[in-house]
Amino acid sequence: MLVNQIAVFLENRSGRIAEFSKVLANANINIRAMSIADTEEYGILRAITDDNVAAIKTLKENGFNASSTDLIGFNVDDKPGEMFKVLDILEKAKINIGYLYSFAGTKKSNAIILIKVDDNESTAAILEKNGINLMGSDLPI
Amino acid sequence: MYYDQKNECLDKVAKKKLQSERLIDVVNRVYEAVPPYRAKMDKANIKPSDIKSIDDIVKLPFTTKQDLRDNYPFGMLATNKEDIVRLHASSGTTGKLTVVGYTKSDIDIWSACCARGLVAAGANTSSTLHVAYGYGLFTGGLGLHYGGELLGLTVVPVSAGNTPRQLTLLVDFAADGICCTPSYAVYLADELIKAGYTAKDLNLKWGIFGAEPWSEEMRKEIEEKLGIKAYDIYGLSEISGPGVASECEYQIGSHIWDDHFYPEVIDVDTLKPLPYGERGELVFTTLTKEGMPLIRYRTRDITALDDSPCPCGRTGLRLKRIKGRSDDMLIIRGVNVFPSQVESALIASDERISSHYHITVDRVNNLDVMEIAIELKADAKFDEIKEIEELVSKVKSDISSAIGVSASVKLVSYGSVKRSEGKAQRVTDKRSL
Repeated sequence: MLVNQIAVFLENRSGRIAEFSKVLANANINIRAMSIADTEEYGILRAITDDNVAAIKTLKENGFNASSTDLIGFNVDDKPGEMFKVLDILEKAKINIGYLYSFAGTKKSNAIILIKVDDNESTAAILEKNGINLMGSDLPI
Repeated sequence: MYYDQKNECLDKVAKKKLQSERLIDVVNRVYEAVPPYRAKMDKANIKPSDIKSIDDIVKLPFTTKQDLRDNYPFGMLATNKEDIVRLHASSGTTGKLTVVGYTKSDIDIWSACCARGLVAAGANTSSTLHVAYGYGLFTGGLGLHYGGELLGLTVVPVSAGNTPRQLTLLVDFAADGICCTPSYAVYLADELIKAGYTAKDLNLKWGIFGAEPWSEEMRKEIEEKLGIKAYDIYGLSEISGPGVASECEYQIGSHIWDDHFYPEVIDVDTLKPLPYGERGELVFTTLTKEGMPLIRYRTRDITALDDSPCPCGRTGLRLKRIKGRSDDMLIIRGVNVFPSQVESALIASDERISSHYHITVDRVNNLDVMEIAIELKADAKFDEIKEIEELVSKVKSDISSAIGVSASVKLVSYGSVKRSEGKAQRVTDKRSL
């Protein structure tokens, strides 16, 4: 029920993201979703690939600090108010979101949202109880 | 285990007698044979006959690296050129080399001192020693090499550099001992893992590391990564080379082989000798050297002497860890800063921090600024920006409380600080003063 992502520490300097994508390209690893959080000096690149274990291995070998994290992912209809519906449930349950990223689904009518929370298990239970459609480990994209 | 129990464990009275006899002898020799020494002593109004015991050493003038440069290349030799069997030289910041000439006896004593250190670190005649110090004009490689051979070890003179070959030889020849600079030992350990080996693939049990200051934290890192006991060795080419002092199994400071090399620690400002335990500049007098004896040679190394008894039974005074050199000491906004202090503070600060760092000093708007690029360990993980920010601020505050001056801290990915295969280049000073 959890979605595994890789998180990569980056110094905020030119060419670093290109190096990252080159390392994955050389290992024939496909990036399926990605988001970057940055400050003036640092960034954390988060990505979901078709082989996170292999991605972390090759990144480490090439001088990147990379690790993996489990996120909760869910499908919503791609229309106004859908994200709010979920966030409202979390807010009422007093669950804090570390970060969130989302992308449009493959079916045009759906969107996928990934969230990082402290306690995956209890958060998933609350969402499921409220009828939210949680995603499995494999992204339908 | 000792190499030379009698001389390593001399009691106080016997040692003082021996040091006194040897000092009188060496002062007579340099006064007769080395014109710059005669001139110095005449100027200070000291005659060899004024030196009656080791206590009189304080009457003698100091020798500095500048004296060696001024008398380049052979002006400080105390023997005929034909008695010199080897020359070593070290490069100086000003370009002129510092030359050291050795007689056969000098090489023998130097080798014996290295052998003492090897035995103190755990070597025995069935040992194989991997010498990854540079061979050549630098004394590191040949010093330990001769000490190892004198002891009857199997010596592998691999020299510095070519790390993949070093790893292959370490695995294939199954050396139980290694010597190199401590920064190279860390590099080697990291490369070992990268090459797909683990410490278990090696037969290494002990290592002797020196030629640059290092810290207790770095010792732990080397010991853990290579699965060995890591011992400090001290030396400088002017005095002979590595093996002026070496650590024993108790790892509580390096025993100075003070039957040959007499140490003092002086206050850098007053030039007066300091009591044991107080930190100052280390000064050596070579008691037995023939080729180029040095009287009260100022090493520029900052340390303290420890005269407390050592459980190992050796009576050589112990050197505390070198805090840095008085001439690579950085003065940042008036505060003296040694890179080794920065190193200790950052390694102790957080387990995600490696021992690889680089200090850049610059002057911006007439104010000294220090930036420290610190490499993360390979397994350091970050998932959120705030984790990075918390780490930066922690390391920053730990460093500033350790060195008394603030520095900006920049974390960099694993492997991005330039590695050195010899002495680590840890400081870039961009200030033009």
